[in-house]
Amino acid sequence: MTSVPVTPDSIMRAADGTPLKQKLAQAQRAAQMKALALIAPLFLFIVISFLVPIGAMLMNAFYDPDIHDQMPQTVAAIETWDGQSLPDETVFAAFVADMKAAHKAKSSAQIGKRLNYEVPTLKSKVTVTARKLDKIEAGPWKEAVIAIDPVWGEPETWATIKRASSTYTPFYLLNVMDLKQTADGHITTVEDNRKIYRDVLWRTLGISFLVTVITLILGFPVAYMLATVPQKTASLLMILVLLPFWTSLLVRTTAWSILLQDGGVVTQFMSITGITWLLNALGLISGEPQLFKTRFATVMAMVHIQLPFTLLPIYSVMKTISPTYMRAARSLGAKPGYAYWRVYMPQTLPGVAAGCLLTFILCLGYYITPALVGGPTDNMISGFIDSAMNQENNWGKASALGAVLLTATMILYYVYNKLVGIDRMKLG
Amino acid sequence: MKKLITVLGAGLLAGSALVGVARADELTITSWGGAYQDSQREAYYKPYIAQGHKITEAEYNGEVAKIKAMVEANAITWDVIDVDSATALQGCAEGALEVIDWAKVGVDKAKMLGADVSECSVPTIVFGTVFGYDTSKLKDGPTSVNDLFDLAKFPGKRGLQKNPTVNLEWALIADGVPAADVYKVLATPEGVDRAFKKLDTIKSEIIWWEAGAQAPQLLADGQVVMTSAWNGRLQTPIDKDGKPFKIVWDHQALDWDLWSIAKGTPKMEEAYRFLAFASGAVPQAEQTKYIAYGPANADAIPNVDPKTLPSLPTAPDNLKTAWNLDTQFWADNGDQLKERFNAWLSQ
Repeated sequence: MTSVPVTPDSIMRAADGTPLKQKLAQAQRAAQMKALALIAPLFLFIVISFLVPIGAMLMNAFYDPDIHDQMPQTVAAIETWDGQSLPDETVFAAFVADMKAAHKAKSSAQIGKRLNYEVPTLKSKVTVTARKLDKIEAGPWKEAVIAIDPVWGEPETWATIKRASSTYTPFYLLNVMDLKQTADGHITTVEDNRKIYRDVLWRTLGISFLVTVITLILGFPVAYMLATVPQKTASLLMILVLLPFWTSLLVRTTAWSILLQDGGVVTQFMSITGITWLLNALGLISGEPQLFKTRFATVMAMVHIQLPFTLLPIYSVMKTISPTYMRAARSLGAKPGYAYWRVYMPQTLPGVAAGCLLTFILCLGYYITPALVGGPTDNMISGFIDSAMNQENNWGKASALGAVLLTATMILYYVYNKLVGIDRMKLG
Repeated sequence: MKKLITVLGAGLLAGSALVGVARADELTITSWGGAYQDSQREAYYKPYIAQGHKITEAEYNGEVAKIKAMVEANAITWDVIDVDSATALQGCAEGALEVIDWAKVGVDKAKMLGADVSECSVPTIVFGTVFGYDTSKLKDGPTSVNDLFDLAKFPGKRGLQKNPTVNLEWALIADGVPAADVYKVLATPEGVDRAFKKLDTIKSEIIWWEAGAQAPQLLADGQVVMTSAWNGRLQTPIDKDGKPFKIVWDHQALDWDLWSIAKGTPKMEEAYRFLAFASGAVPQAEQTKYIAYGPANADAIPNVDPKTLPSLPTAPDNLKTAWNLDTQFWADNGDQLKERFNAWLSQ
C-alpha cells in the first residue's frame, strides 16, 4: 500500500512529492497569468492610445529642440555670455557658421519661425541674414552681421536666442497663459492685442458650465417623469430621448445651422408669430433677430446634444429609488413638497452628479459645434488647438493648450470630488 | 519627443490613407474644391485619366501646416498640390515642397507667366480676389473697396475670407493708403494697427468664409449683401446658373495658383508627368471654359474663347486698379499676422 509520503520535516506534499504550498502557489500564478492575459489587450490599448499620446502631448508642451539642434555652435558659444552687453566676436562667428549651414540645409526658415514666436519680424530677418551671409567669405563677423540687419546689434535678440537654446522651454505654456518672459528673465503679461488665451479658457469653462446647468434644469423633470410613469409609456418616451442621441453629432449641428440661419425656419417662424415684433417693441433687438453664428446658437445646439448625457444617469438612478420612502415620509406627516425635497432629491444626487460631470467634461472638448453654429467669439479651446496645428503649424502651442485644458479639467475634477465625492456618483 | 509625436501623427495619417485607399500607381492631387476643382477635373484630370493614368483627388483650404506635417512625418498622402503663392514660398522655404526641375516639366519656362514666383512651383492660373454683390437685391451696388467698408451707404452683412491676407490690404486702401504703398505701411506696427482699426468698423457685420465655395453660396443664400471671393468662383455661377451676381473689379488682388510637389514623394516621376501635361497650352485654354481664371501658359491665350476674355482677371479693363499680392511679405510676416488676426477675431 502506498501512503502519503511523510517526510521528517512533516511538510504536506502532493502526489509527485512537491510541497503542497508550492503547488498551490503554482495554480494561483497560472490563474493570475490567465487574468492578466485577458486584460492585456485593453491595457495595451489604453497605454498606446491614451497614456502615451497624453504623455507625448505634455512633453511636447515643453520640448523645444529647434534652436538647440539647428544652431549648435551658437548655442555652445552663447552659454558664457553675460546677457547684458552685446556678445563678443566668438558668438558672432559661431552664429555665422550656423547660419551658413542652415542656408545650405534650407532650415533657416525654421530657426526664424521659432525666434519669430518671441520677437515678431525675426523670421524674415533670419532667412535674409542667412542668404546674405552665404555670400560673405571672411570676418570680422560682428560688424558684418550687424550691417545686414541692426536687429543683431540688440542684446534682446541674443537673449531670445539664449533663452530658446535649451531643449526645454516654458515658452509655450507661458504663451497660452498670455504671459511672456522679458529679456531679463521676468515674467509679464503680453500686449493687449495679443491677449487671447485666458479669455478662451474662461469662455470654454463658462459655456460648459452654462450648458451643464441648462441640461440639468431641462433634464431633471423629464427623468423624473420617465422614472415614474407606467413602463409602457416610459419606453415610448424613452425612444424620443434616445432617437436624437443616436443621430450623429455632425448631422445635428448642421441641422441647427440650417434652422438658425438668417431668413431660416426659426427667424421666419419668429416673424410670422410676432415674436420678432415683440422683441423689437421691447427694445431687445432691432430688425431681424440674429441667431446664427452667435453664443445663443452655440449653447442651444450644445444643450440639445448633451441633454441625454445628463438625463440618462439621473433617470437610471431614479429608477432604483423605491417609492416606499416617499410614502413613509408622507405617512410620517411630511408635506409633498417637503418629502420630495428632503427624501427624494438627496437620493437622486449621485445620478445628478454623474450626469453633470459627464456633460461638463464632454463640453470642455467641444470643437465642431462652436465652429459651425458659433461666431469667432464663441470658439472654444479645441478650436484654437486646431488652428495652432493646422494653420500656424505650431505644435508646441497646440500641446501647451492641451496641457492647460487637461490641468484645468483635473483641478475641477478634484474640487468636484471634494464637494460631491466621486465614490457617491452612480451611473445607474 | 517631437519624433514620437511625428510617428504618432504618421500613424494617424497612415490610418487615414488606408481608409482612403490610395493605390501605388495613383497620383493624389490636392486642390481647393468647388468650382475651381471642377474646372481642373474637366480640363486636366479627365483627359489625363483618358490617357491611362490614375488620379485621386483631395481638397484643402491652403493650410501649409498640413503639407509640412505630412512631409515631416514622411507619410505623403498628397503628391501634387495646388498652392497659392504665399503657400508656395513658405512651403519652399521650410522644405516641404520639391524644387522644380524645369527640364522634367518640358514646357518653355519663358512662356509661363509667374514662373519666377517660387522655385518650388509651376504656375497654373492667375486669379483675382474681388468682391461681388447680388444685383437683384442691390440696384445701385458698390463700386469700390471703400463701399465694402461703408456701412452707412451699404448696410448689411459682408462675407470676407477668414484670413488676414487681402483683408488687411483692402482695409488700408479703404482708409486712404495708395495701393502702391500698402505693404510699406503694413510693414510697420502702426500700419497693422491701422488696418485692424479699419476692419473693426465693420467687424460686427462680417461673416467669415473659409472654403472658396462658401463665398458664392453666402451670396446666393442672401446671407450677405456683398462678399469677397476669388473671381472665378463668382463668374461660374453667373455663367452656368445665370445668377445675377456682379463682380467689382476695383482694387482686385492678383495672385497665382501654382502646382507644387510634396517633398520626397515616392511618385516623383508620375508627378512630373502630370505637371508637364497640365502646363500644356491646350488643357490650359480648355480650363477657361469652366472657370474665368487667366492661364499661366502664354501660348494658351490665342485658344481662349474671345467671349471669355473680358471676364478674366487679366483683361485690361479689370487691371486698372489691380495690385499684386506681395507674396514675399506674406511669407515673411504671415505667421505673426495670422496670430494677431486670430486674437482679433476672438476678442
